[in-house]
Amino acid sequence: MPNQYWWRSFKDKLMVGLAGMATLLVLLPLVAIFGYLVYRGIGALNWNFLTKIPKPVGESGGGMANAIVGSGLILLIASLIGVPMGIGTGVYLAEFGKKRFGYLVRFTADVLNGVPSIVIGIVAWSLVVVYQRNFSALAGGVALGIMMVPVISRSTEEMLLMVPQSLREAAWGLGVPQWRTTLSITLRTASSGIITAVMLSFARVAGETAPLLFTTLGNQFWNFNVRRPTAALPLQIYTYAQSPYDDWHRQAWAGAFILIVMIVVSMSLVRMVVSRGVFKGGN
Amino acid sequence: MGVGIQVNQLNAWFGATHAVQDIQMDVTANHATAIIGPSGCGKSTFVRCLNRMHETIPNARVEGTVKIGETHVYGNGTSAVEIRRRVGMVFQKPNPFPTMSVYDNVASGLKLNGYRNRRELDEIVERSLRQSALWDEVKDHLKKKSGASLSGGQQQRLCIARALAVEPEVMLMDEPASALDPISTSKIEDLIFELKQNYTIVIVTHNMQQAARVAEFTAFFLSGKLIEFDKTEKIFTTPGDKRTEDYITGRFG
Repeated sequence: MPNQYWWRSFKDKLMVGLAGMATLLVLLPLVAIFGYLVYRGIGALNWNFLTKIPKPVGESGGGMANAIVGSGLILLIASLIGVPMGIGTGVYLAEFGKKRFGYLVRFTADVLNGVPSIVIGIVAWSLVVVYQRNFSALAGGVALGIMMVPVISRSTEEMLLMVPQSLREAAWGLGVPQWRTTLSITLRTASSGIITAVMLSFARVAGETAPLLFTTLGNQFWNFNVRRPTAALPLQIYTYAQSPYDDWHRQAWAGAFILIVMIVVSMSLVRMVVSRGVFKGGN
Repeated sequence: MGVGIQVNQLNAWFGATHAVQDIQMDVTANHATAIIGPSGCGKSTFVRCLNRMHETIPNARVEGTVKIGETHVYGNGTSAVEIRRRVGMVFQKPNPFPTMSVYDNVASGLKLNGYRNRRELDEIVERSLRQSALWDEVKDHLKKKSGASLSGGQQQRLCIARALAVEPEVMLMDEPASALDPISTSKIEDLIFELKQNYTIVIVTHNMQQAARVAEFTAFFLSGKLIEFDKTEKIFTTPGDKRTEDYITGRFG
């Protein structure tokens, strides 16, 4: 029936076209934002920006070196807290948490995922800042670390559940204990998915400003002490973008650009290192 | 060397389903014993009770005694891990570890239990692959190819090599050839013939010709019960039970 065939191929082309348009619609703002950021950011970028600390108000020049290092420090603390806790929780949920308590943990993680970041900032403030009587990089790291946990744990759980049961049985059948099976078979098989989840959560918290406002506070000078107020890129961008000075506006653009570059570079680095480590000898 | 298996009053449940009922059976050392019966008759569950694999399923339960050699499988001081080291298992679907090379797959049972001597590992890997008749096909890319890149039949022989590498006393095979083509199947059957000189083999199969070809003893299961257990020849020529006869002549199942 040629008539019917025409109708079918028309529908087929229509749907492919619609799907393509949806993709374009999603990509357009992404490309626009990134392009504009590069356009404004690269112009303001120079050696001083990367190596100098901010100049006093009114003087032009200076840079955000302290904020770049500070952000790195805070994200390192956040990852040290969030990654092991998130993966650990995910393993528990997938391999052991089939009962009531598992359900509770799963529900809590989902709720935590929806909690506004500023609320998590308050939690870190009351846990660390009040206790230490001091704003600090540590407090900011705790806030961001808490934010990483639900994302990582829920995706880790899903990735582990996708590992076929037959692989676990193969290991058990060889007399491999449960903990070894989880570590060397299940986690390893799911590793690429888990790494993606870790990096997504990393990228998400790297740009967070709200939870840092009253935890790390910000700092105009160098600081390497995790118990002291520390500069962070999102905070610096926030402050500079609101200022009345053109020079600061340009630096805010450069800061945003550097933040994106940092995320992209660290993501690719992790992916490179891990994919080499995991698959040596295999494939 | 293989050891015998004594099964006494074995019962197994999935939740409320009584999948295996009052099994009494002695498996002879260094021989192959086939387990036949229609789908859902409890043959797989029975075999999974022998190496404590059944209990890994949520809500599953086992009662009764199983002795592997002199060890009580469900004894108080016996750990499931220890039993599974002594009782190897080959599954219906080949399940090589996809992240590991051919070599690492074979060595996995030893490596994951902390065995590190490279020289001996090399020897054990080669011996196991030779035993499972896979050596010639994989020797040139032992560490380059992933276990998952082999063909289905090769994967199954890889899984057998992996099970052999830990030198078990008993080998359980749960329909090891049901997903394979006739050539691979005959390779696996030849292999079972070789292996039973040194191992006690229990093989679950849907294929009655296969049972007749490889096993000295055959057990017929129906609805969770052991209907008849005798020499293979006897089961297939002059079965003692009407239901066995009906099954092997193809009247049901």
